[in-house]
Amino acid sequence: MTDQAYNFAYLDEQTKRMIRRAILKGVAVPGYQVPFASREMPMPYGWGTGGVQVTAACLVPEDRLKVIDQGADDTTNAVSIRKFFQRVAGVAVTEATQEATLIQTRHRIPDTSLSAGQILVYQVPIPEPLRFLEPRESETRKMHELEDYGLMHVKLYEDIARHGQIATSYAYPVKVEDRYVMDPSPIPKFDNPKLSNSPALQLFGAGREQRIYALPPFTHVVSLDFDDHPFVPSKADHACDLCDASDSYLDEVIIDDQGGRMFVCSDTDYCGGRRAAGHVGRLGEEAI
Amino acid sequence: MYVAVKGGERAIDNAHAWLAAERRGDAAVAELSLAQIRAQLSLAVNRVMAEGSLYDADLAALAIKQSRGDLIEAIFLIRAYRTTLPRLGASVPVETAQMAVIRRVSATFKDLPGGQVLGPTFDYTHRLLDFKLAAEGEALAAPATAAADLADVPHVTGFLNRDGLIEANPRSAAQPADLTREPMELPASRALRLQAITRGDEGFILSMAYSTQRGYGRTHAFVGELRIGMVAVEMEIPELGFAVEIGEIELTECETVNQFKGSKTEPPQFTRGYGLVFGQTERKAIAMSLVDRSLRWAELGEENSGAPAQDEEFVLMHADNIQATGFLEHIKLPHYVDFQSELELVRKLRAEVLAGTEAAE
Repeated sequence: MTDQAYNFAYLDEQTKRMIRRAILKGVAVPGYQVPFASREMPMPYGWGTGGVQVTAACLVPEDRLKVIDQGADDTTNAVSIRKFFQRVAGVAVTEATQEATLIQTRHRIPDTSLSAGQILVYQVPIPEPLRFLEPRESETRKMHELEDYGLMHVKLYEDIARHGQIATSYAYPVKVEDRYVMDPSPIPKFDNPKLSNSPALQLFGAGREQRIYALPPFTHVVSLDFDDHPFVPSKADHACDLCDASDSYLDEVIIDDQGGRMFVCSDTDYCGGRRAAGHVGRLGEEAI
Repeated sequence: MYVAVKGGERAIDNAHAWLAAERRGDAAVAELSLAQIRAQLSLAVNRVMAEGSLYDADLAALAIKQSRGDLIEAIFLIRAYRTTLPRLGASVPVETAQMAVIRRVSATFKDLPGGQVLGPTFDYTHRLLDFKLAAEGEALAAPATAAADLADVPHVTGFLNRDGLIEANPRSAAQPADLTREPMELPASRALRLQAITRGDEGFILSMAYSTQRGYGRTHAFVGELRIGMVAVEMEIPELGFAVEIGEIELTECETVNQFKGSKTEPPQFTRGYGLVFGQTERKAIAMSLVDRSLRWAELGEENSGAPAQDEEFVLMHADNIQATGFLEHIKLPHYVDFQSELELVRKLRAEVLAGTEAAE
């Protein structure tokens, strides 16, 4: 049911045009953070207002939308955002990664490979990869302009000197087409390799911070590292207890008060698809 | 036995139904009407209009009712509504010198043209709980009021200006930027700063102003004048070629006069801080004028002492309570994935440290 009181996909056409301009600029300069006049949305800042605005500006009536939070379609905020677009845009929705034309995500890249023509929209809390090294926007913009990323390399080096490894496990910074250092949003670093050379268009929206940036299809994206300390994507050293996948990112679930744990795919569609295809994990039979 | 968390949708629907019931409260108690909120909680209505940046008392009252009296939530409702409204254009600058004042006080002159008008203020009330209010059906003695003096009430700073004692503040015809339609760029113009502060959180602006009084970037402020009243809003109608009045709004205006010993570029004189806020919002207007003055250090060639209230980026980027509360509260949303990656990292780091300790023993 579309709510007739609002324009298609909630935002007025002027606002959509303004956002599309920012997106186009972002696509033209991959990894560059484009300022845009973010609007107040009917959900709070921090709930994905940037992603919602980007999605609203991209949606057309023929789209099939998938919304995930932490990899899952049924987490409360994913449900809420999906419902919002069903109400204000009346678009078809799906949980199947392959069937979706537009996927809005928080904190994950789906484990199923994306294909050409798909758009992946990320919700971004802090778009500035240098923010925790330098709190001032006026300074960090200058650093990007001058391609002055020494501070970041020093931080990574200090991590190695102190801990023997780079102590960043999510929102792990990347370099885009050998130019801009970019925050990939708080995805686990396990997902970082999927950013590079993706056939899908990847758009990043930060509502509160008023920034949009983009990775057009087949953009070269490299996770920052050193020759003698190469980047290692990591995940829990287990297979999924439901579908036995060993190539997916896993959530750890506490199952009793005796220290019992189980590991399950964070991507619910990926896990469900494998189980439907007959894969059974360590606890898969019991759980059905 | 593990069952994947399902049913987010049903949980949300049920939570909303529960919330609606909680909002209404005991059904045996009469329901609040918007007229009651508007009339009897008018200062809350004013705050919601000011920080919601929308001058509509009925909608503000509705937002307060819907938000169960959580004013930041009410401001959020108004902002989310406001952003969907088309912009017709800009009014001509309001003439606060022609304000129909209900309150006008100056702390710098004992008497002055236009007079001191105390108005409906808490200032000299004794803060004793009035238990008569707990009993309903109070009868009020009608206050003695004079009819609003419709003669112009000239600004105090104008008197000082005549003697050149206060910095000149020439009119500008420049159209100010609109921070709700363009992304904020720093450094911001004074007009943009004032825009951000007038819709900023009252508590935040209050604390920033207070910090300058206690020495974190001193402002030495006197309230040259504080006035509250209705002003006419006029708009140029292109077809007519002149401005017509389209309505009236209530404003609180505060102008502070600040001691200034002079700098390399400016002679010794008084300087200005300015506050202008929708409705009767005296605390906010005074605080705003102090923060405004404090942020002007660079333009006046003053020293930056590193105080928070002198730091434009710090003040402007943290003044908005809708942004602040959103980002603060979002940490209660699921972060399983990030936490999982942190768990693995901490386990790995611990394993290495423990292995190192054992090897050393």
